[in-house]
Order: sequence, then C-alpha cells, then structure tokens
Amino acid sequence: MKRAECIAMLYPELTDKAVVTIMGACAQELYDLGHQENFFYLQHAMGLASSIGLGLAVHLPHEKIVVLDGDGSVLMNLGTLATLARYRPPNLVHIIFDNGSLLSTGGFDSHTTAGLTDLAAMARAAGIEHVAAVDSIVAFGEAAIDAFARHDFSVIVAKVSAVGPNHYGMDLHLPENAFRFKRWIAAKKAAEAQ
Amino acid sequence: MTVSYENSKIVFQGIKDAGVTSLSALPETWLGLLLQQAERDPDVRLIQVAKEEEAIGVAAGAYFAGERHILLMQNHGFLAAINGIVSLAMLYGIPLCMLIALRGHWGEPYPWHTRGGIVTEGVLRALNIPFEYARNPHDVGRQIREAYTLSQSALSPVALLLTRDLMEEAL
Repeated sequence: MKRAECIAMLYPELTDKAVVTIMGACAQELYDLGHQENFFYLQHAMGLASSIGLGLAVHLPHEKIVVLDGDGSVLMNLGTLATLARYRPPNLVHIIFDNGSLLSTGGFDSHTTAGLTDLAAMARAAGIEHVAAVDSIVAFGEAAIDAFARHDFSVIVAKVSAVGPNHYGMDLHLPENAFRFKRWIAAKKAAEAQ
Repeated sequence: MTVSYENSKIVFQGIKDAGVTSLSALPETWLGLLLQQAERDPDVRLIQVAKEEEAIGVAAGAYFAGERHILLMQNHGFLAAINGIVSLAMLYGIPLCMLIALRGHWGEPYPWHTRGGIVTEGVLRALNIPFEYARNPHDVGRQIREAYTLSQSALSPVALLLTRDLMEEAL
C-alpha cells in the first residue's frame, strides 16, 4: 500500500479537523490533493508533529486533531509516545506511516525496515490503549473510521511502501502557513462559540 | 542551600499575573516547588514532557489554539531543544516564552552543571534570542510579563534566566 493512497482516502474526512503533517513526501502528498487552511505542514523539526498535535488537542477539546507522522520522525522523538500515553487526548488521531525509510532525505533504511523495530508495539508498551497496525488499504480505512469515531486517543501504524511524489514545492511560505492555520482555528472556535 | 519556597511562589504568581493558563515543563530541582503549585492550581494546565524539545511542539500547538502558554526548563533542556526552537519556532514565527533555570553558573558547586551553565548565554546570543536575568523577587513578576509580551509581539523565542540568587536560599 502507498501512503498517497491512504492520504487520498482520508482527505474527504479532514475538512473540519486540524491536521499536522511531517515534512517532505507526506506534506507534499497532502498538499497535492488540494491545500486547505486547516493543514499545517511541519517542514523541519522532525519528531515534533505529534507534540504539536498534543498541544492542539489538550487546548482544543472540542476539535478533532489529526497528525500524519512517519517512522523516521517518530524515531527522533520516541518520548512523545509516553507523553501522549500519559495525557491521552481523546480528540487526537495519530497516524504513523511506516515506510521503513528516510525517503525524503535519500531513502536510507530506517530502524523499522525488515520488521526489526515495531512502532505499534512500542506505542502499546508506552501505555497507549488503541493502537491499530495495518498493512492494507482496506484495513487502514477501517482503522481510520474507528479512530475518527472513537472519543479516545488513537494511533494507527500503517506499513506503506517507500515511494513518494516526483516533485516537491508549495505555493505557501512557512510563516504564512502558520498564520493562516492559527486563523482557521480562531475562526472555527469563534463560530462554535456563537 | 535549598530551593526558595517564597521565591518559587512569587515566580508562580508572576506567571499567573501574566495571564498564563498553560505550562509545559520538564521537572528539575529549582522548578520543583513551582511545578507543585502549578499541579494544584485548577486554573493552570501543566503538561510534562519526556524531553524539552517536545515542549517546543506543545507550545506551538498551544499558540495555534490561542492559549497563553509558558515553557519551564533547565538550561540543559534548552540546549536539548535547540533544533525545535530554530526549525519550528523561528522558522514559522511562533512565539516562545521560556523560563530557564540557569544551573551551572555563578556559585555552582556541582561540576556536572558547569559546562552548560557557562555556555548558555553565548548560545542565546548566537541564536539571537532576547534574554534577561531574573535575580530579584521584586522584579521577576514584571520580567515574566514583559518576556511574554515581547515573545508575542516579535513572534520570537524569548528567555528569562532564573538565577541562583532568585531560586536558592541559605538553609
């Protein structure tokens, strides 16, 4: 299964959710489906997408937050699994695309290649109750439906092939992305307060 | 020497008076009494991280959510968080108001803290992060408020260094 297929399947469900992606291929594949103001692309600072998701989720209890993460990024910030387990934000869905590769930086194998390191098992051992490990598009779709419906912190580890887009680039400056993302949240909160 | 209970209370009150409702922290000795107060305060949310760089992400999320947020860490934790500070906060123009316990500086008896203490100011200068030293309990509340204000107007990390003069007292 390809990550791009998974993201395309999620895309119609993301309209009303705050979405944080990691850098590179994952960000580009979401952007190429059509940028929305509720998408924040973390183009550097690997590992912190899930920490941003935690900060959003605990302070926006009435919003659904989705983090699109990767094996290389999670491996750079393994403590995040324990922190997320501790605070267990019920409105956060943490999707980890495990392609076993540092694809966006040259395609070197990550530690998850060949099943050496099992991120789903690590997430469970960190204390996260709802962890789905999937390797087919049907199973991914079912896990995503469950995670979006469930009012509890949910992790999906999706085994995907190490392929990405054939181009990179966005018509969106990084601070501009941050400003507009913040404004989308403020507007949604204001609308809901009325 | 021991951690000053009175001054920990004053620093926490300064945080509250700045209108801050959310804290991220990694506990350390000088911050311990402060964080205990935060844990007991129903008006303040405390998020403890496993490593300080996580707190940069948490602070960014809090900022996007419109929450008034402060980070509490030791200077060695600041050193551990630098990529997040540079490649999230500075890159995207996200404010960070950091209260940093300045271990390993003037009067430090413990060798293991000293190297981090000696380089902290130089690293802050290299990163162009505005900073001040908090030495006096009469000034620290105003300093916290001003640090927070500058972080928001400049969309920049700002650091207030909590010194031994402020955080310790003789037994």
